[in-house]
Amino acid sequence: MKRARLTLLLGTEVPILAFLAFAILPWFWMMLSSFRPERDLTRSPIALWPETLTLINHIELLQRTNFAQNLRDSLIIAVGAVSLGLTLALPAAYAFSRFRFRGRQVLRTQFLVINMFPVVMLILPLFVLMRDLGLLDTYFVLIGGHATFTLPFAIWLLTGYFEGIPVELDQAAMIDGATRLQALRLVVFPLAVPGVIAVGLYLFITSWNEYLFALMLAGRNVRTVTVALQLFIGENQIQWGLLMAGGTLVSLPATALFLFAQRRLVSGLTGGAVKG
Amino acid sequence: MRRVVTPWVFLAPALVATAVLVLLPVLNTLWLSLHQVILFRPRSRPFVGLENYAKALADPVFWEALRHSLIWVLCAVTLQFSFGFMAALLLNRSFAWRGIARALIVVPWALPSVIIGLIWTWMLDFNLGVLNHLGVRLGLLSASVPWLAQAGTAMASVILALMWQGIPFFAVTLLAGLQAIPAELYEVASIDGAGAWGKFRHITLPGLASVIATALLLRMIWVANSLDLILVMTGGGPGTATQTLPLHAFLTAWSGGNYGQGSALAVMLTILLLGVVITYVWRSRER
Repeated sequence: MKRARLTLLLGTEVPILAFLAFAILPWFWMMLSSFRPERDLTRSPIALWPETLTLINHIELLQRTNFAQNLRDSLIIAVGAVSLGLTLALPAAYAFSRFRFRGRQVLRTQFLVINMFPVVMLILPLFVLMRDLGLLDTYFVLIGGHATFTLPFAIWLLTGYFEGIPVELDQAAMIDGATRLQALRLVVFPLAVPGVIAVGLYLFITSWNEYLFALMLAGRNVRTVTVALQLFIGENQIQWGLLMAGGTLVSLPATALFLFAQRRLVSGLTGGAVKG
Repeated sequence: MRRVVTPWVFLAPALVATAVLVLLPVLNTLWLSLHQVILFRPRSRPFVGLENYAKALADPVFWEALRHSLIWVLCAVTLQFSFGFMAALLLNRSFAWRGIARALIVVPWALPSVIIGLIWTWMLDFNLGVLNHLGVRLGLLSASVPWLAQAGTAMASVILALMWQGIPFFAVTLLAGLQAIPAELYEVASIDGAGAWGKFRHITLPGLASVIATALLLRMIWVANSLDLILVMTGGGPGTATQTLPLHAFLTAWSGGNYGQGSALAVMLTILLLGVVITYVWRSRER
């Protein structure tokens, strides 16, 4: 009994602890740094343990810079991308799961192939196109860009969730006189809610974290948090305390949502993979 | 007739959005790559045939970027996969705090590349970085190393940051794959006297093969295309020491203003990736 406990500890728990330390400590170091005053951070040699903890960096970031505005822009774009993305992906996933039509298989793979195009390949002409249309630096262009770029994965996941709901249910509803849209709204959709929430969270996190579109297609009037943080780094006098405070404020919502959504996302991911 | 039309009505919004924001730009890039397009001279866009491609191929930076891309993809994906697989195997065993461990290991995966770049730039800083401090204190380093500022260590440092970000992806997907393998298979194997290695070779690996293949493919494409982490940490420097193919294309177009040649580079990157995807699809069909 004692031996089994020791094997578990040394063979499993200690290695896992090492993995967790590697995963968590850099993130923790950023958050800890954000609560230390600037003079504590720039002391040489550095001190591992803070002398005091303070909110001064967070307060200064929100009051002295435009970071609050950046947070608002990021939020508007992410919420927009979730709404638009789901509006586009839900009907498409429903069609893939409920209809057998010519070109279905080709189209399903096609949507995945789209994932393969390098962002650089899309971003250069999009910049030229949006500039000519006068749409650069608007919420609209980033919402559209984020929603479309995440569409293949969203459709793939949602198709998996819909296929988990028996077709007999909507057939029964339609025999009882419901139209297809009613069947979708009253039968399929309520059952798919957990999956839809997971995909919505995925869309939110992806949009919230995205950098390259936000940098190229906007950045002056509409500036997301990722672009703003990168601009802080680019300044010649780096204020690490402010940067770490920004990193902490940006990473908390995404991490919290991700922890909430991960189990469902992963089952959707591998469900699709196993089916091929 | 109605049965034929209905699915297309449902698909129409997604198809239109994809056509406008993905397919059109892709075709546009092809067009741009055959023309001389300088951003600040919008009026004149003469057709130059394959000249942009020829120029890109004649540039030694292209070959350097290609070599960096290969190192970047091979090292980062191999490291992420090996450690991710190990973590998945460990997390598949039962111990008291498994739920918490499983939740916490995904944290790096949820963070934006900009913040990952920020964290590692901070930790690797020459004067104030905690890693230099610990290295010197523990006697691993004789003096602080400017990790991101010297050509010899910059690439390895960026790969380290990318590895940190990617381990959870493999850990979590492979763990889900492991749990889909029926426990009875292992029980039968135990009765037949199979050892741990035998079970791993004959049950775990075959059962996981399709998940591994898909995860590797998705990750390889993602890593090959990703440039934001490098852009944030080194900007491709020092010099061109961390310039990969997509970053080279981006900088040629964006900082250099040469859209024609940047597009040609993007097209070549896409062709390389298409080669990988086609090989994968073709081999998985054979199986």
